[in-house]
This record gives sequence, structure tokens and C-alpha cells, in this order.
Amino acid sequence: MKPYIREKKTFTAAEIPEATAFEAGYLVSVNSGWRSIRPVIDTGRCVGCEQCYLYCPDGVISVQNGKAVIDYDFCKGCGICAKIFRLGAIRTEAEHK
Amino acid sequence: MANSTAERLSRDEFFYGHKACAGCGGALAVRAALKELGQNAVSVLPAGCMSAVGFNFPQLCFSNNSIISTFAGTASMLTGIEAGLRARGYSDFTAVGFAGDGGTADIGIQALSGAIDRNDNIIYICYDNEAYMNTGIQKSGLTPFGARTTTTPAGANIHGNLRPKKNMFEIAAAHDIPYAATASIGYLPDFIRKVGKAAQIRGTKYIHVIAPCPTGWGIAPDETVEIAKEVVDCGLWYLAEYENGEFTLNHRPKDFSSVEAYLKRQGRFKHLDLSDIKTVIEARDRKWAFIEKNFSYS
Ligand SMILES: Cc1ncc(C[n+]2csc(CCOP(=O)(O)OP(=O)(O)O)c2C)c(N)n1
Ligand code: SF4
Ligand code: SF4
Ligand SMILES: [Mg+2]
Repeated sequence: MKPYIREKKTFTAAEIPEATAFEAGYLVSVNSGWRSIRPVIDTGRCVGCEQCYLYCPDGVISVQNGKAVIDYDFCKGCGICAKIFRLGAIRTEAEHK
Repeated sequence: MANSTAERLSRDEFFYGHKACAGCGGALAVRAALKELGQNAVSVLPAGCMSAVGFNFPQLCFSNNSIISTFAGTASMLTGIEAGLRARGYSDFTAVGFAGDGGTADIGIQALSGAIDRNDNIIYICYDNEAYMNTGIQKSGLTPFGARTTTTPAGANIHGNLRPKKNMFEIAAAHDIPYAATASIGYLPDFIRKVGKAAQIRGTKYIHVIAPCPTGWGIAPDETVEIAKEVVDCGLWYLAEYENGEFTLNHRPKDFSSVEAYLKRQGRFKHLDLSDIKTVIEARDRKWAFIEKNFSYS
């Protein structure tokens, strides 16, 4: 379970909650446009150690079938994952070439 | 290849899609703590970066129950949530607060002190990025000596902040709190272990975690974890616990790494001269003399 993208409704004034009470985990926008660099996982070198999963501030790495997978909708390209894993399974490349 | 820290955490994400700057240390602290505490954590976030980046209606980035409190009121809202849920018959939950350094050591200290005094059953986590970041990098009581902020500028005569960091860990401990700890996102497994331990203890728990801010510290986004490790390795921060009236040191660096190297890689300390650096090193050595005398080593 994690927050996920929902319908981007428009709200009328009457529908806007008066208190800070609304559905948890309701997302309407992605963060992919923030990236200037893109981390790329070399699945051949990934040993499934989960260090990148642990240290990603955005929680966008999951380990599936023993290999790291990045949710590029929400990765901001901070580069922490590439730095934490020193065996070079994650390299960074320019987002816009 | 098993990662024992990853194994103990929930695979769910409770802080996701937030608008924190790339590489934000505070976001990593909140994410990791919630993965340790799980779905039944009820979190309180006062004014500060983590509430500002987490709640942008209708972009709501917590998947557990979470609420914004007044800037000063993290601890009092935790008290209310814990009492309210208990009154309604709930017992399987953890009331946890995530407040910044300003929200903790300055404006929120009275509410925190009151909660510890009542021994309310809550976890209070201070994510310390060493300034009021959300409003544009003003000095707080936890800004270290020499740091340049917008309210402690660096000029020819005055080299940034003149005052040392308040010692919030020992201030919390001085209440004879059931559990207090220091941590750093550079030593994430240690932080996660402390959050897990706090959840098992009744009464008030205080955890102080160093969480670098690339925007305010003048470092690259990929350096936050590394620098959070370096601040421990050079001895300017330490990993410790307070329990049953005793202080315990969790990690003793063999030899300290260079304080100068730690400072000079950050924009906020670039202006420091040799005598400033000497002042920082002397303060570190005094602190460690105190630690060696008063803390046991586990
Ligand atoms: C009573 C009150 N005073 C001032 C503010 C403005 N304000 C909002 S966030 C913030 C800075 C918070 O700093 P800190 O607690 O260190 O958290 P950070 O933003 O660094 O994560 C300030 C001054 C406020 N919201 N409420
Ligand atoms: S670049 Fe940053 S946000 Fe993207 S996957 Fe790596 S650690 Fe996570
Ligand atoms: S300003 Fe600093 S603390 Fe605030 S979101 Fe950005 S990196 Fe995080
Ligand atoms: Mg702060």
C-alpha cells in the first residue's frame, strides 16, 4: 500500500473540507518533471541488497524478484541511490539529452 | 542478499509523492520512521517543511492518519490524540510527532516539556536540519556555531552564527524521560532500531535525528546521506541513548575524520577561517571529554 494517483477533480468551494480532513494518500500530480538526472539500474549488476530502497528519501525504489525497480513518476533524481551503492549497479544519466 | 534493516520494515510506503526537495534528509527520516511504526502510526506534523511538502490539498502524501499541528503544538496535539484514541477504546496505535529543529528547540519546547512531565505515551521525533528551512533558512536554537543563515549572515567581522547548538537530547533527558536518543540519517539502521525500541516503551520518548537539508546547507542533493554520516565520523554529532537514568554511547569513531573537510564542503560554512574551525574542534573535544566521563559505551 502506498499513496497513488487519483482523479484530479475540481472542487467547488462547498466541497473543500473545512477541517484538514481528507482521504489519506490521495495524489494528483507526479514529481518526474523535477529530474535533471535519471538513475538507471543495471539489473545485471544489482545484487538485491536493498540499500537503495532503504535510503531513497522518496521511497520510489522497490525490490521485485530480487532486483531494484524505480517508479519514475515519483523519482526526483537526487542521485542518493547511485551514491549509496558503490558497486555501480545504478548509474545516472542526463534526463534531457 | 538479505538486508536485515529492510527486512524488519513494512514494505508499504506511508510518505510518498511529497514535494520535499530532491535529496531531503527530513523526508528520509519521516519515511523510515513510518515504515518502522506501520499503518497504525498517527502522525503529527507542525508547521515546517515536512507538513508543507506532505499536505498540499488535494495532494495528500501520507497513507497513515496524519495531521498538521500549530507550530508550537506538536507535543500537545500528540497528548490529545493519544488520550482521545484511548478514550475511544483504541490501544493498537502509536502517536508520533515529526517536528523540525525550530519547532522543537525554540517554539515547541514548552509543549514538549509539558508532555514529558506528564509522561504521555507518545514518540516525539525532532528532524534536525539546523535552521528554519521552510521559511527560507533562518537561525534556530539548533543552528551550529559558524553557520551562515539569512539571519546570521557571514561578513568580514561576524562569521555567521555566534552561538553553539542547544543540547536538546540532554534537555529531554534532564526531565528523566523514559527514553531519549540521538541519531542520524547517515546511520539509518541505528535510527530505525531506536524508533522501534521507542515504540515498545511506555511513556514519553524523544528521538533527535540529524537530517541534512541540501537547500539550506549548500550541498548537492546526492550528498545528504553521506554528510549525515560524516558529521558523526568527525565527532560533531554522536549516537547515544538515555534510559533508566543512564547515558549510553552507541558508536565511537576510532579516529575522528577531518572537521575542516566536513565544514568546507558545505556552502553555509565556506567563510569560516582557521580560528573559527579551531573553535569548532575545541568545542567537539570538550563534548567528547564529557561523553567519555558520563556515558557508558555499549
Ligand atoms: C506560530 C507560527 N510562527 C511562525 C510560523 C511560520 N513558520 C512556518 S514553518 C517555519 C519554519 C520551521 O522550521 P523548523 O521547525 O526548523 O522546520 P523546517 O522547516 O526546517 O523543516 C516557520 C517559522 C508559523 N507557521 N506559525
Ligand atoms: S534518484 Fe533519488 S529519488 Fe530517484 S530513485 Fe534514486 S534515491 Fe530515489
Ligand atoms: S528545504 Fe530542506 S528540509 Fe525543506 S524540503 Fe527542501 S531539503 Fe527538505
Ligand atoms: Mg529546521
